[in-house]
Order: sequence, then C-alpha cells, then structure tokens
Amino acid sequence: MASYVIVGMIGVLLLGFWKLQVIDADKYSSMAERNRVREIPVIAPRGRMLDRDGRVLVDNRPSFSVLLLRDDPALVEKYLPGIADGIGIPLDDLKDQLSNTKNLPKFQPIIIKPEASDADIAFIESHHSDIPVLEMISVSRRRYLPNGFLAHAVGYVGEVSEQQIESSNGKLRPGDFAGKFGLERQYNDILIGTDGKRRVIVNSVGKETGRLSTQEAIPGKQIQLTIDYDLQQVAEQSLGARPGAVVALDPRTGEVLAMASHPSMDANDFAVRISAEDWNKLNESTEHPMMNRAIQAQLAPGSVFKIVTATAMLEDKVPPESFTTFCPGYGTFYGRQFKCWVYYAKTGATSHGVTNLHEAILKSCDVFFYNVGMRLGIDRLSYYGSKFGIGHKTGIDLPSEEPGLMPSAEWVERVYHRKWYPGETISVSTGQGAVTTTPLQLARMIGGIAMGGVFKQPHLLKDAPNVGEERFPISESTVEKITDAMYGVVNEAGGTGGQLKLAGIEFSGKSGTAQVIGYDTRARVGKTKQFEDNAWFVGYAPRRNPDIVVAVLVQESGKHGGEAAGPVVRDIIKAYYDKKAKKTQGQYTAESKSDAAGKGSTAAAIVAPRVVLKPDNATAVVPTHGTPQR
Amino acid sequence: MKDAPGTRDYDWWLLAILAAICALGVIEIYSATQGSSLAGMHMKQIRWLAIGFILMFALSRLDYHLILDQAPILYLVGLGALVAVLLIGHTHFGAKRWIQIPAIGELVQVSELVKLIIIIVLARFFAEVRSDQLDLRDLIKAGLLVGIPLVLILKQPDLGTALVLMPMLVVGAFLAGLQWQHAAIISLAGILLVGAVFYPPVSRRILKPYQRDRITSFLHPEDDAKGSGYQLLQSKIAVGSGGFWGKGFRNGSQNQLGYIPVRYSDFIMSAWAEEQGFKGVLLALGLYMALLLRLVQNAQRAKDRAGMFLVMGVAAALGFHVLVNVAMVIGAMPVTGIPLPLMSYGGSATLFVFLAIGLVMNVRLRRFVN
Repeated sequence: MASYVIVGMIGVLLLGFWKLQVIDADKYSSMAERNRVREIPVIAPRGRMLDRDGRVLVDNRPSFSVLLLRDDPALVEKYLPGIADGIGIPLDDLKDQLSNTKNLPKFQPIIIKPEASDADIAFIESHHSDIPVLEMISVSRRRYLPNGFLAHAVGYVGEVSEQQIESSNGKLRPGDFAGKFGLERQYNDILIGTDGKRRVIVNSVGKETGRLSTQEAIPGKQIQLTIDYDLQQVAEQSLGARPGAVVALDPRTGEVLAMASHPSMDANDFAVRISAEDWNKLNESTEHPMMNRAIQAQLAPGSVFKIVTATAMLEDKVPPESFTTFCPGYGTFYGRQFKCWVYYAKTGATSHGVTNLHEAILKSCDVFFYNVGMRLGIDRLSYYGSKFGIGHKTGIDLPSEEPGLMPSAEWVERVYHRKWYPGETISVSTGQGAVTTTPLQLARMIGGIAMGGVFKQPHLLKDAPNVGEERFPISESTVEKITDAMYGVVNEAGGTGGQLKLAGIEFSGKSGTAQVIGYDTRARVGKTKQFEDNAWFVGYAPRRNPDIVVAVLVQESGKHGGEAAGPVVRDIIKAYYDKKAKKTQGQYTAESKSDAAGKGSTAAAIVAPRVVLKPDNATAVVPTHGTPQR
Repeated sequence: MKDAPGTRDYDWWLLAILAAICALGVIEIYSATQGSSLAGMHMKQIRWLAIGFILMFALSRLDYHLILDQAPILYLVGLGALVAVLLIGHTHFGAKRWIQIPAIGELVQVSELVKLIIIIVLARFFAEVRSDQLDLRDLIKAGLLVGIPLVLILKQPDLGTALVLMPMLVVGAFLAGLQWQHAAIISLAGILLVGAVFYPPVSRRILKPYQRDRITSFLHPEDDAKGSGYQLLQSKIAVGSGGFWGKGFRNGSQNQLGYIPVRYSDFIMSAWAEEQGFKGVLLALGLYMALLLRLVQNAQRAKDRAGMFLVMGVAAALGFHVLVNVAMVIGAMPVTGIPLPLMSYGGSATLFVFLAIGLVMNVRLRRFVN
C-alpha cells in the first residue's frame, strides 16, 4: 500500500508541474519577461550652506549619470566596445568596473560615468533603441563658488571610501557621495539627507517599463555659517595671489567671519570624480593647494609672540614693569650674539636706544624681549604660551586642525632626550626657535588677551550649541598696558604698523616676521625667493573687548609683517566697520553693495591697497637649536 | 548469532539513486550561485556529501539492535540538546536552531539530529507493541513521545521540522495496527488543527506573526507584494516559464537575476525546474520516487518488526520532505522552510538524510534471519 501512496504522491506533484510548465507555460514566460520589480535609488540632494546673512555659499546643480544595465551578460558583452567608443571610456576601464561589481545582483545597474557630458546625453538618446543596456539617471551635484572662494573651509565631497561605507550602518553604498574635507565632512551627517527609492517594472534587459511606487528622498538639512560673504570677498581679494592665510574672528562669540587660504583649489573639480592624475597633481604640488593654511600651517609666530612674553612679564613682575634696556642692535647671551632686526634696517639706524616695555612693543625691539625672556626662563614662557592656546587645537569645527607647538624643557627632554639650552629661551621669547602656531591660534590668542583672558572656541556653524570657552584671567592693569601698546603699534609714532591707521577706528595689533633662515645666512646666499620671510599681522578693533580680530599670514613675501600682512588686516577691519555703519543707518542690504552712505568704497569693491612701508619689524636669528652661530 | 555483512549486501541500487539526486543538487547549486557572492557553495555541498557518505557507512556497520537498545538514552540526549539550543543556541534568521560543536566549530541544527532519534525511539516503541491492534494507551504514549520534542522544536520556532515528526508517528501507528476509530479521531483533530491555522481568530493565538503572514500570503498572494506571497509567485513564475524543455543550465532569468528566494536551498527545485524544464522535473521526481519505493522494499525485507519500523520511519520523513517542499515550489502549500532532501544546500539536513539511509543499510545488511 505504501508504494501506491508514493506513486500517487509523485504523480500529483508531476501534475502540478505539468499545469505550470506545459499548460500555463506561455503565461508564466511572459510574466518572467515582464514582471520584474526593481528598486532604483532616488538620490537626496545635500543641504545647502548659507552665509550669516542667508546668502548661498554652496548649493546643488542637476546632472546626469550613465548607467549600464547588466541583466543580460551576453548583451553587455556585445555592446561594450560601442559604449566605450560612444561615451569615451577606455574599454579596459569598463571591463574593470564590471568585474569589480560582479558580486552585486545582476539586476542592479552600475554607474559607469557619473557626469554625462552633453555629447554623452546626445549619444545615449540617439541610441536609445539600438543599445538596450545603456540608461541615464538624473542626480544632483555640488556647486561651489568659483575660483576657490572659501574653498578650504567649505571642503568638498567625493565618492565614499570603504571605511565610510562600513561605519555608516548600511546607509552608504558604493558610488555614493559624502563629505571628504572641511565643513562638508564635519557636518556630513546633517547635510547628507536620506535617499528615497522608486519601485519600477523593468523588461528583460532591465529597462524601465512601468512604475509601482515612489518613496521620496529626504533632502539634507541646510546649515548657516558664521562666514560673512562680504568680509570673505575682501579677504580673498586682499590676500590675492600670494600664498598665505586669513582668519577673521568675532572674539566675543568665537564666530569665524572669514577664512581664506591661498593658493586655493576649485572644489567643483571634485564634485564628480577627479582623475587620479589631477588628484596627484593637486596633492603633490609644492604650493600645497589642498592645505588649509588657516588651521594647518604651523609656523614660527615671530614678533606676535612678544605679546605672550610681555603679558608674562607684567603678570609675573619679572622683570619689574619699570625695566628698560639699551638696544645697540644686538645683545650677547650665554656667550653668543643675538641681533635685533634694527641692526639690518634699511633706514640706516642700527639702534633702538633705551626702551621700556611700551616702546619695545611699538618698535618690536628684539633686544628688550631677549632680556625679558632670559629673566623669565622657558618654564614661565611655556606656561603662558600654553595657557594662551599655543600647542593646543582650538577645537574649531573643521577636521584636520593642527596644534602648533609650545616648546618647553620637558618637551626637549621627551623628544630629543637632552637638556634645554638656555640660548633657546632667547629665541623663543621673540617667537623664533621651535615655537610654531597656526593663523587661527594667533587670532584666538590676541582676541582673547584683548578680551581680558576669555578665549571663545572658534566655530563656523551659526547658532552652534555649546560653544567652548577658556578663561585665563589677566589682571586689569596688564590688559590695559598690553592693549595700549598694540594700539600704539598702529596709532603712535614709531609703531611698526604706523601706515595702517584707520580714521575713527581703534585699530590695534601686532606685526611679526619669522625668518625661514637667519639674516647672516641670507646675506651669504643672497636674497632668493624661497628663503624669504613669513609675514604676520594680527589686528583687531576696538582697543579693548574687540568686535573683530583678524590674523593674516603672507608667506615668502619678501616684506615684513606690517608691510605685507598689515594691509590685508586693515582692509577687512575697514570693510567690517563700513558694513556696520551702513547697517546701523538702515541702508545696508545683502544685495546692494554700492550705496554711497559709507565712507569711501564698499566692502565688495575694495581693491587691496598695497601700502609701502619701511622694513620696520624683525626678529633675531637663531635658526637651529643648540648650535650657536660663530 | 550475528550475521556478517559484506559489501555485496549493500543496496547498490539505493546508493546509485542517492548519488544521482546529489549530483542534480550540486549542479543546480553551482548554477544558482555562480558569479555571485555565494559562488563556490557547490564545493561546500560536496564536502558535506562526502562527510555524509562516510557517516552513512559507519552507521551501517553498527548493528541496529544495539542502537535500539540505547533508545531511551538517545531520547533523553535529544531532549537535552533541544533544551540546550533554546538556552545557548545561535540565532539565525530570527530563530534559535543552531548549536556550535566545540571541536570542529561548525554550527549544527539540533532538530535534524532529533528527527533521527525520534525515528529510532518510535521504531523501538512500536516494535515492542506485541499485538496486531494498537490500543489507546499505547497510541497516547507514542503521541507523548513525539509531542514533547515537537513542542520544544516549535519553541525555536521551526514549524517545518516540527511538522516532519507527524508523518513518522502517523505511518508508525498505521503499521502498528491503528484502529479505525482512533484513525478517525486523529484525522478529525488534524483537520481541526489545519482549520485553526487558516482561521485568523485562532491562528492569532497559536502561531508566530511570521507564520501567520505566510498563511495569509499563501491564501492571498496578491496582497503581499514583497513577502512570502511574492516568493511563492516568483517561484511559480520560474517553474512555469521553464516550460517543457527548460531555459538551459545557468540560463534561468528568475534564477540568475536573483528573483527566486533562497534559490540554492529551499527553492532549489524552482531553479531546477526553470533551467531544466518539465523533462528535468520528471527526472528529479522519478529519482525521488525510485528512492522511496526502494526504501519501502527494504522495509518489507527487514528481518524483524523493529527493522521494518526503522526503515518506514525514514521513508515517512523523506517522503514528507519531498511532498511539502515540492508542493511549496509549485505554490500548492505555504512556505514552511522544509528543504528538499539531498538537493537543497545545507550541512545538518544533508547529514540527517545520510544517517537515516545509514539506518536503512544497517537493517538491510542484517535482513537474513539466522
């Protein structure tokens, strides 16, 4: 009996197959041809970036990507050479793309060209019927302001890396775009949005023949930045073609009003897919266009550091405030001669005469600060420098910030396994030797000292929650003397920024010129471009509790700080007050930049004035540690 | 005294049928996974088959009477393993079915082993009923023997494997002389149970949500575009579009484009039917029929009742597997997760079949009454 049951069971099952495969075969064949449901991603546009007044800094533009449908490998094989020819991709490259994606289900098309040119679109449309495996989808691409405007702060997007895919919990797929650098990377999670999908019916080669349902993409959120488009424009123009960086901060809030780094790069070039060759060219360029100098250039601050030395002297009362020195153009410490910049001055004077602290800051006398540094010692200098943020990241909301370096006895012990040489203290007291800072750090430091010791965390996101703050209270009399001296730098006779005066504005600041090589070495090899100085100027206004502080670095300019960097600071501060004046008179709008209410030219129209100054600011020469010259 | 089994006494026909079915499985696993991230799965299956053959021969050497003697201990081990898997088992696809064997690090699906133990336990139980009629006491006892592990397996949850225990009991009871009144009651209970499963107010209380979804989508496939109704529909499209001659090896669009769900395992018959057509189905089902008939023949030639019950238990389990799996592939039954013996990819399931056939060989080798 069991045998009959078995034969009967198999027989019934066979009848079932007979019905499906013989009687209804045609019906199911056409269903197999026709009824193929597929999910097509709908790419969510990234959020825009606006400036502090709501003007668009970064947005999106529509574009087309070329898709290859892989449902039928034989057809793909057949048409591949024609496709390679038609849209200008080498055949081997296409084959590589195919073999790299062979693990994905065959009904998933692959993007073979992310940015279709007009010619590609024409090619695909004219061959719509005779090349069945080619398709286009519309996508949205990033559009940045041209000519590298604000490029380093904004950053750029690129195809996601494998690590990013792994850490995204399935949110990102190969071929997706995500922020790679700058704010695009920092705020990627806010900007990116959620892709939607479209369920469509496709035919046997994978072409869409009908639509089932659509899940809309959720666009990324837009972010508003603290950047002021007008000030940024002045910064970019005023810095011009020279390598360097600009950072403008509101020291009361930590808001970054402008940030520029030159030479710049055009992030529109990476909004799609950059060729390996172009990418290497950018990264290997000796001009380092990919580097955001505002937060990544770590250079000797030169005489700007004298503000640290001066503050330490007044706070520690070592030496006492009444301390004066005679500057004959050089000083001898620990058996070695350290020159003052005035020794080389083109004016012919080789001496600062007798100076006190105020005059020493005004004239940037090196010999005075050598003496102060020697009396304070490296431990105190290092203590104050570190408290003012040198050697620590500011915590700005950008990736890849550098911390700079505040050398100390402990540091040489740890890194070089030797004792601190007292001669190094002499160099550090004027911002030479091993001490390095970024432009952003100097802006934060000078702004914070002028605020009486309140250092706000710099940030680019407007209305950012939890802005950090560090307090290092400085006595009222010290702040007054330091800020008076920085006011004097610009506004009193003999100041190194004397030519920068702005009528009606308490423009204050400190210049710095850091040698890449020493004076004597330069005298030997002659003045060639690659050995020229890093010119600094850090300016702010008004004299106490400033509204704005601007740090400018001009690299290898061949001029001194007040001369090369000072005018850039002046342009930005002037533009800031011009705009403020118009705003308070109710005549300023973001769009109209040409009304005559302000004094003189408006922010957007400023052409950087190149004030020619005497070389008025310098520091002494100790290029290497522990090897006294002569 | 013991007989002395020689190689000539093995059922070489049975082995040939077995090998042919395995070959179809390996061919279709290769076709279904080539060019995808699962490529190479057929080699893993060949490894399982090799281990299976070795285990089958090993088990056939050990006299089945010795195995039957240990039935109570095996039963307790089986229950212990089922409890252990609920406590410390590995969870895949939302169910706790696997336990890791420390020495080899492989995951073993415990319920497959338990199926084998239940065959042995029932064979011993029914063989000891020394009358032509099965009385109610013994029927209830047999029911309890199957019922306890069945509930534990349902807890995992694994409805498919739990269901496989039922035909073992039913076939055993019939052969042991089930009375027609009892048969009527059991049939009624079965009908009520099936009815309850399909009747929402009751099924809500006894079935897991995913199980209810499968029932609903079986009854109303059009309501369920991407769920198991969709799976059944895609399977039917695959089978139907294969036609009489099939689309050819590695050429089924439903298979190659990934429309058939788990095409290398539970739905392998769907992939086979699409690529090899009705002629291929005739071959495969013909082989299964030959396998089952050969088992029945072996049962009839067993030297004692215990041997007969063992072989029929195996036949009942394998027959049920084939019926439920193939009926699912052609859309005549809901998705239950029961694999097709020897064709579907799977380690534990393959080893179960070989061990079961090992028991059959064992009985056959000792078929000559001394």
